[in-house]
Amino acid sequence: MSFDVFDGTDTYIASDALSHSVNVAHALERPLLIRGEPGTGKTLLAENVARSLGMELISWHIKSTTKATEGLYMYDTVARLHDSRFGDGDVKDIKQYIKLGPMGEALSRPKRVVLLIDEIDKADIEFPNDLLLELDAMRFHIRETNEEIVAAQRPFVLITSNNEKELPDAFLRRCIFHYIEFPDTELMKEIVRVHHPDITDRLLDQCLEMFYGLRSQPRLRKRPSTSELVDWICALQKAGVDLSSVGGGIPFLGTLLKTEQDVELVTKRGMA
Amino acid sequence: MLVDFLFELRRHKLKITTHEWMTLMEGLSKGLHESSLDGFYHLARAICVKDITEFDAFDVAFLSYFKDVHVNALQLSKDLLDWLQDPKKMDQLTDEQKAMLQSLDLEKLREMFEQRLKEQKERHDGGNKWIGTGGTSPFGHGGKNPTGIRVGDQGGGRSAMQLAAERRFREYRKDVILDVRQIDMALRDLRLLGRDGAEDELDLDETVDETCRNAGDLELIFRPPRRNRMKVILLMDVGGSMDPYAALVNRLFTAASRSGRFSKFRSYYFHNCIYENVYEDAAFRNKVPVADLLAKSDRDERVVIVGDALMHPAELLDTGGALYYYHHNRTAGVEWLRRVAHHFRRTAWLNPEPRRYWSRTTIEVVASIFPMWELSLNGLQAGVRYLVRGGQIPKLDAA
Repeated sequence: MSFDVFDGTDTYIASDALSHSVNVAHALERPLLIRGEPGTGKTLLAENVARSLGMELISWHIKSTTKATEGLYMYDTVARLHDSRFGDGDVKDIKQYIKLGPMGEALSRPKRVVLLIDEIDKADIEFPNDLLLELDAMRFHIRETNEEIVAAQRPFVLITSNNEKELPDAFLRRCIFHYIEFPDTELMKEIVRVHHPDITDRLLDQCLEMFYGLRSQPRLRKRPSTSELVDWICALQKAGVDLSSVGGGIPFLGTLLKTEQDVELVTKRGMA
Repeated sequence: MLVDFLFELRRHKLKITTHEWMTLMEGLSKGLHESSLDGFYHLARAICVKDITEFDAFDVAFLSYFKDVHVNALQLSKDLLDWLQDPKKMDQLTDEQKAMLQSLDLEKLREMFEQRLKEQKERHDGGNKWIGTGGTSPFGHGGKNPTGIRVGDQGGGRSAMQLAAERRFREYRKDVILDVRQIDMALRDLRLLGRDGAEDELDLDETVDETCRNAGDLELIFRPPRRNRMKVILLMDVGGSMDPYAALVNRLFTAASRSGRFSKFRSYYFHNCIYENVYEDAAFRNKVPVADLLAKSDRDERVVIVGDALMHPAELLDTGGALYYYHHNRTAGVEWLRRVAHHFRRTAWLNPEPRRYWSRTTIEVVASIFPMWELSLNGLQAGVRYLVRGGQIPKLDAA
């Protein structure tokens, strides 16, 4: 197996450093932990890694109430009690009441898959620790049926985090880490072109100048990110706005800035 | 040789452990650095650095280590690669490389590493020791003692482990600096679980009972999930003698104010001692009369005060117009403190000042009013335990 398995796709431009990290994690069979500003394409990365490796993607979106065991399997007690009451189904067969979670699915697939654990920092502070064994050994035990699920092929695990909570050291030790830096102008041009292939050079330059100008404003609560830039350009094109004719203001500011304070701040400084 | 790079990284306060180092070795043996220094840089950084804030330290370490060996880097990684593939070619290596080998015996490191892992799992549930180390792993004393791993010695594995563990513990004792995660972990215990709210959790025991009572006709019983009912008021001393501890207090505040942690959380600021008013902001703009605060607070709310309790005795003991004039201060600070302490069932004062400096200062007086703990990991845990379960109030002379 060659080392360079990933180098972006036709719809996802990855920097060399990011591709390298993906390849390292792939070769070492370690989970890849991705951090970065919101909107820099952390979740999209998983979809595109799966696509370019020709693997299935299984996503596990973490919420604040998510528990580690839910990702492995759930035992549907209510359905079983219900069936026993009304005589539907074979109640003796516990197996049919066990539903595998995303991680359980990923481990039980015969082929190697990409498992995305999205926004792991949303969950309880102990959550990552509860998954240490499963991520290391890639196996787990179903108590109700006394079954052991062992991964035939270690899934390629991608984990994203927004830095809301600090992750435990023991968990970090097992991961390969990559921080997605905010793209520079050149990379950003490539990225925009992937989404808007027919954009003119002039418009693109103007957009980026405004966009980076906006980003460089101090004390913004949330600086606009790549995904917002792409949306903004989409809005500009749909509305057919010519940037040079709007007299220096930024049209569709709401697609770029998401809090009133930011809009107010920028308006006060005369940018919009 | 390359292992020095590990120590260079650790010298720059990066928490690199054997785990990462072994992964890096594995990566090198698979050629993931693509035989270039750039490749090595990215590989090493992806494996060794887990936080954006540490990237800079990594760069500094990388620069200082590789500035001289720039040209040799290729050869170096090749040598290492050869060695990894055939560890028996010892006699072909230079003295320097042999020395490196002695400190990096692959099998033994693996063995020790596994041992350590096992130990960590066992102790981890127990609590504070592992959290408190802040990444000073048993192997990790490299920063101060480059040969500290003691791998090559006869039967070195176990005794080195014990030795390392001892040293780690000693270091931990000195290390009272808490990070947000440690505080988070300690505050986790600050809870009173109770069931209220929407009933959306199946109560299996009740369901079985009710179904039996129903002669086998299924009767599903739901109950609300358990939630934390703890209400907390945090009072923080800011400014003056508290300035050195501002970052620490800030971390405590960050962890405590995290949404959803307590069912009710309020925080106020004061300077040196509590008088008529406390303030909603650290700039002392929005004042809240303490009398109002007390009137509006339930006795069962828990009060956590963070402050050094160090002040001029007059600030604490005298009423306004006495030796030391404090404006509007018609009631002595000590009296206000007593009122707060008596209103609430349980309070805890966390003091960042090391315990050995407590005696013969105003701290002693304050500690006779509020149960006081040092603002360290142990102190915080003991304070939380008291707030939840009550029990022994720490005695000052026990210090």
